[in-house]
Amino acid sequence: MIEANAVYVIVAREFKKFVRERSRLVSTIARPLVWLFLVGGGMSRLVPTGTGPSYIQFIFPGILGMTILFSSIFSSISIIWDKEFGFMKEILVAPISRFSVVVGKATSGMVLSTIQAVIILAFFPLVGLKIGVFQALGIVFVCMVLSFAIAAFGILLASFYESYESFSVIMNFIVMPMFFLSGAMYPVKMMPALLRVFTKLNPLTYGIDALKHLIFPNETGALSADFSLFVDIGVILAASIVFVALAGKAFERKG
Amino acid sequence: MISGKLLHIMIRVENLVKRFGPVTAVDGISFAVAPKTIFGFLGPNGAGKTTTISILCTLLAPTSGEAFINGHDCAAESAAVRRSIGIVFQDSSLDKDLTARENLLFHAYLYRVDASERNRRVEDALKFADLHERADDLVKRFSGGMKRRLEVARGLIHRPKVLFLDEPTLGLDPQSRSNLWEFITRLPKEHDVTIFMTTHYMEEAEVCSRIAIIDKGRIIASGTPGELKKIVGGDVIYLRTEDNKKAAEEIRRLFQIEAAEKEGEIFLSVPRGDSVIPELIREIGERVLSVRMQRPTLNDVFLKLTGKEIREETAASGDDIKEAVRSYRRRHDRG
Ligand SMILES: Nc1ncnc2c1ncn2[C@@H]1O[C@H](COP(=O)(O)OP(=O)(O)O)[C@@H](O)[C@H]1O
Ligand SMILES: [Mg+2]
Repeated sequence: MIEANAVYVIVAREFKKFVRERSRLVSTIARPLVWLFLVGGGMSRLVPTGTGPSYIQFIFPGILGMTILFSSIFSSISIIWDKEFGFMKEILVAPISRFSVVVGKATSGMVLSTIQAVIILAFFPLVGLKIGVFQALGIVFVCMVLSFAIAAFGILLASFYESYESFSVIMNFIVMPMFFLSGAMYPVKMMPALLRVFTKLNPLTYGIDALKHLIFPNETGALSADFSLFVDIGVILAASIVFVALAGKAFERKG
Repeated sequence: MISGKLLHIMIRVENLVKRFGPVTAVDGISFAVAPKTIFGFLGPNGAGKTTTISILCTLLAPTSGEAFINGHDCAAESAAVRRSIGIVFQDSSLDKDLTARENLLFHAYLYRVDASERNRRVEDALKFADLHERADDLVKRFSGGMKRRLEVARGLIHRPKVLFLDEPTLGLDPQSRSNLWEFITRLPKEHDVTIFMTTHYMEEAEVCSRIAIIDKGRIIASGTPGELKKIVGGDVIYLRTEDNKKAAEEIRRLFQIEAAEKEGEIFLSVPRGDSVIPELIREIGERVLSVRMQRPTLNDVFLKLTGKEIREETAASGDDIKEAVRSYRRRHDRG
């Protein structure tokens, strides 16, 4: 049972705080731009990509994925601060289901991450890409479902941790590997077999792959998408449902 | 069907037990609270007060025993219980990065207060907590007393039947403490609400209609503050005279009561000190230099029942530590 009032007010709170804390927006936008222009721009000269997209263009979907990964996880991990600073009790003692809390938090992650991804998306002309209106709408849709899935995953992570000390553990041992093993920086088909296994288990991979489909619809070479768009969307939706269900259970256990 | 007797009970607890592994935090307690009264749970740190509240407000499941609020079973009907209660936790549960008004609005939405009522209730709560002028300031700029008043007002926004206050004055300065008490004692009348409060400050428990004294998970005494004070047996009178030894003998002989000598003072315990003092001064031959009288406090009750004092917790509240954590996080997490 999901209560709309609870989801609404949980999202409204996160949104309000997001708008109020501009420094957070600056830092979450700066990271992907640094990667895009410094790493992507530099590597473009080293990596000849033939007739297909240049390297900086190739990583553009991966950079959108990075934006979503970091902002969704950051948004969900705020649950740990809410526990630490007591506000979580205000939510847990209210007459709402644990599912509403999880869906509310995941929706917050979705809204905030999509806003940030759209800001990064607006940089597409600077890397020489052409994106039409319908393409852009498709990209925003993928960003939304991907953000929701990653945020739900973040909530599941947060339910296992009680204190802020776990933050750097999560960042270094879960988030960074998720980024590198996602096909963001190099095509999945070029990875060593062992790493490819991990990459295929990573939901972010499918989100970035779907973005590759939408951004390079006609590409067939080495830098093209690795899975079908149908598989990509299916995996992300399935992952969202599984993570929300598990996170709901994990919350219930505490109660 | 709710029987006639139950209608006069707002909170009912029967043989409640809660164990955390080897620790028995609540060890078979039973009590009942009448509507629109203030019920005080008095005991030292670790006595099991917060654990009892957590069970009553459905955040913890009891190991055994039963608890009902407004006729609803706390273990089986958590949704109905949650709608009937408001709570001010021992540690603040405000969002300090939101304003006072935003915290109240969040609560109103969470408890599904009608849209037509919402703003009015929030404004009323701000006035009631005397925070109207600071409504749009971030809570992190508030003093401890302001935060507490805001939390109490927030807990009342959805018109609960029962309001829980877990150590509401912990960490406040004496001035804010007495202001908050003045504010709390008005609640049952003004808001038709039953108050369940815990404290380990003895003086504070005196505002309660009834008190249960809890130690090591068990209720060791309960009653009105007056009834409990009778346990210690009346007032204590301290006298200083020119010759204490002689005066003490005289008192024993004339009044047939035990008078002991300690640290240059004679002290004696009597049921009604105020009427005994004039007689004492008249009858004792030795010149009386000073007289003072002490009414029994709940501290004396606790001392008498357990042989130990309730220690006051130092005011280094969790909040300071958490603020430090938060600024640490600001510096390190933005990698
Ligand atoms: N979650 C928990 N796990 C283990 N022990 C606990 C837990 N919560 C409370 N306790 C123990 O139960 C006892 C009662 O604690 P509490 O109810 O917080 O006391 P009070 O509120 O009266 O100070 C203490 O010994 C405390 O250490
Ligand atoms: Mg306590």
